[in-house]
Amino acid sequence: MDKLMADLKRQIIAQLNLKDLKPEDIGDDQPLFVEGLGLDSIDALELIVLLQQEYKIKLSNADEGPKVFQSVRSMAEYITAHQAQKK
Amino acid sequence: MSIAKYITATCIITDQIIYKNGRSIFENKNLSATDFVDAAYKHFDIGYPKFYKMDNLSKLGLLASDILLKESFNKANYQPEEVGIVLSNSNASLDTDIKYYKTVSSFPSPALFVYTLPNIVIGEISIKNTFKGENAFFVFKEFDATFIASYVNDLFERKIIETCICGWVEWMGEKYKAVLLLVEKQESGQSVIFNEGNINKIYSLDHG
Amino acid sequence: MSAPVLVAGVGVISAIGNNVAESLDALESGRAGMGDMHWLDSIHRNRIPVAEVNLSNDQLSSLTGLDSTITRTALLSMVAAREAIEDAGLINIPRLRTGFISANTVGGMDKSEDFFGDFLPDHAKGKLRDIIHHECGSPTELVADQLGIRDYITTISTACSSSANAIFFGARLIRHNMLDAVIAGGADALTRFTLNGFNTLMILDNEYCKPFDENRKGLNLGEGAGYVVLVSEQVAARLKKKTYCTLSGFSNANDAYHQTASSPEGTGSFLAMKGALAESGLQPADIDYINLHGTGTQNNDISEGTAIRILFDPDYPKMSSTKSFTGHTLGASGGIEAVFSVLALEHGIIYPNLRLLTPMKELPFVPETKFLKNLKLKHVLSNSFGFGGNCTSLIFSKY
Repeated sequence: MDKLMADLKRQIIAQLNLKDLKPEDIGDDQPLFVEGLGLDSIDALELIVLLQQEYKIKLSNADEGPKVFQSVRSMAEYITAHQAQKK
Repeated sequence: MSIAKYITATCIITDQIIYKNGRSIFENKNLSATDFVDAAYKHFDIGYPKFYKMDNLSKLGLLASDILLKESFNKANYQPEEVGIVLSNSNASLDTDIKYYKTVSSFPSPALFVYTLPNIVIGEISIKNTFKGENAFFVFKEFDATFIASYVNDLFERKIIETCICGWVEWMGEKYKAVLLLVEKQESGQSVIFNEGNINKIYSLDHG
Repeated sequence: MSAPVLVAGVGVISAIGNNVAESLDALESGRAGMGDMHWLDSIHRNRIPVAEVNLSNDQLSSLTGLDSTITRTALLSMVAAREAIEDAGLINIPRLRTGFISANTVGGMDKSEDFFGDFLPDHAKGKLRDIIHHECGSPTELVADQLGIRDYITTISTACSSSANAIFFGARLIRHNMLDAVIAGGADALTRFTLNGFNTLMILDNEYCKPFDENRKGLNLGEGAGYVVLVSEQVAARLKKKTYCTLSGFSNANDAYHQTASSPEGTGSFLAMKGALAESGLQPADIDYINLHGTGTQNNDISEGTAIRILFDPDYPKMSSTKSFTGHTLGASGGIEAVFSVLALEHGIIYPNLRLLTPMKELPFVPETKFLKNLKLKHVLSNSFGFGGNCTSLIFSKY
């Protein structure tokens, strides 16, 4: 889980062009949207693309977004759960 | 009777040089176009993280508008709906269209798609500064001072706006040019009259 | 008050009809234009409904006299622009200073994306002539050339409000006596570029859209073109046919909220509608019908609805979204809907907002769901709100 979260932080920074940030700047449980990193709706869509590209997981219902992308940890948990299902 | 209008500030960015009011205030010929714009963003301490998500055209427009307005524009003098923005270029958003299109064959990028319209640069400037007045984006073969002068004059005469940011913002590959003018009803310092002749002089970097 | 700007002619082509008569018939019969993808070659075929014009490029070419290999945007533009000019009876009036103000968002993208498909894997492939007319200004110039318009030509590209902006810009040129007649409006052809982009923004409905319905899921993309011919009173006096109405008010504002979403309070929409009313010297209560922007997305409809609630409370005019018929035609929507607004005034009709089953609970009004006729309409408001926060409202009035 720790490695996954570390990977996710790097990927999020790259995918969302967060040039001024380093992985260590993003907390495991820090809210990604509104406060925290202050990401917006287009960033949410890019995260959906990230899930597909890197983890082959398709989030077809945009309503699930807020829960899944709450924090890096919630993203990691979602990925782990879905990859376990696939096996 | 005609309302007097003045160009109270200018900002030109091209060939890795930034001019404010005709004077070079930042340059670095060793950098590529995109690196130069990012370097300028840092140099002028703009402090707007959304900058990094923008495409080249919006970055250029935002940078130019920020430098244009800095120390030259008193926002408190105007209501949000009184600030108009009229921009133009010849390639619309083609530079970004191409980048976006490359992603379509694998995963279309929403962040790139958002910028495949030339008027988004106006949106970005409006969002950052909360400007809500009339705004328009025109696509021309080349810069048309006559058009800009008459269009903007009309907005003032009809009292649709009280101040305007107008000009040209273009980005295509490695070539780019931003020429922004701040137009107001009162003179200041080195302001010149807002007319076709002066607009052309400024556009062609004629400081003489 | 400034001199009136009159609408002397209209022309339109969309998924519901290839001209004004066919469109009116479809609007009255409740026949929407959405369906399976027919012309566009996309991986989303059979999955996403679109509203395509029912003519191939070859057929459009025969109709217009333009080459069939040029961009579909120009072909569609030509059909509607020429219908508008013929409707106004402009052809036989000599020595009129005439302008063509056209808007689009895709330019010649339909041909360029075909080119890229061939070119990217093998740089030796791909027909270069397919990308010559890529840029937004090209369809405008191709059509102006074919129509023989030389005095003034320009292109506006401000997303979904483009052709509404073209129309009021044309009105300004008439008011300033810079031109005698202006054909203004816009066109857009459906492309993979746009379809994939909207899909990735997750604002498409995979069923037929339901504007202003509580359970709406998104928009359907469409294509087409719509133009009005604007003239001054002096020129109108020289035309054989009586003019339709005036463009009595218009306004543009920026929402200043987000690149592609509208503010929840509908600030931009509110400012645009309020500004148009002020321009025309009208009160909200004077508006008889609003042709809504009404795309069917969660975001637009609540934003536009909220702005209408704040501006018109407590007396709400009748309203409907004709995008429930034509889909969202992007750069052409302002022009197409301006034509529908003019026709509504002319014939005393109001179009239904199709597939509205459950009214939005946040709003104290409901769009019309039936076609209405034999009405005495005096003022019609048409809304067009684009990405980049660009919001425009036009008001057409009986003259």
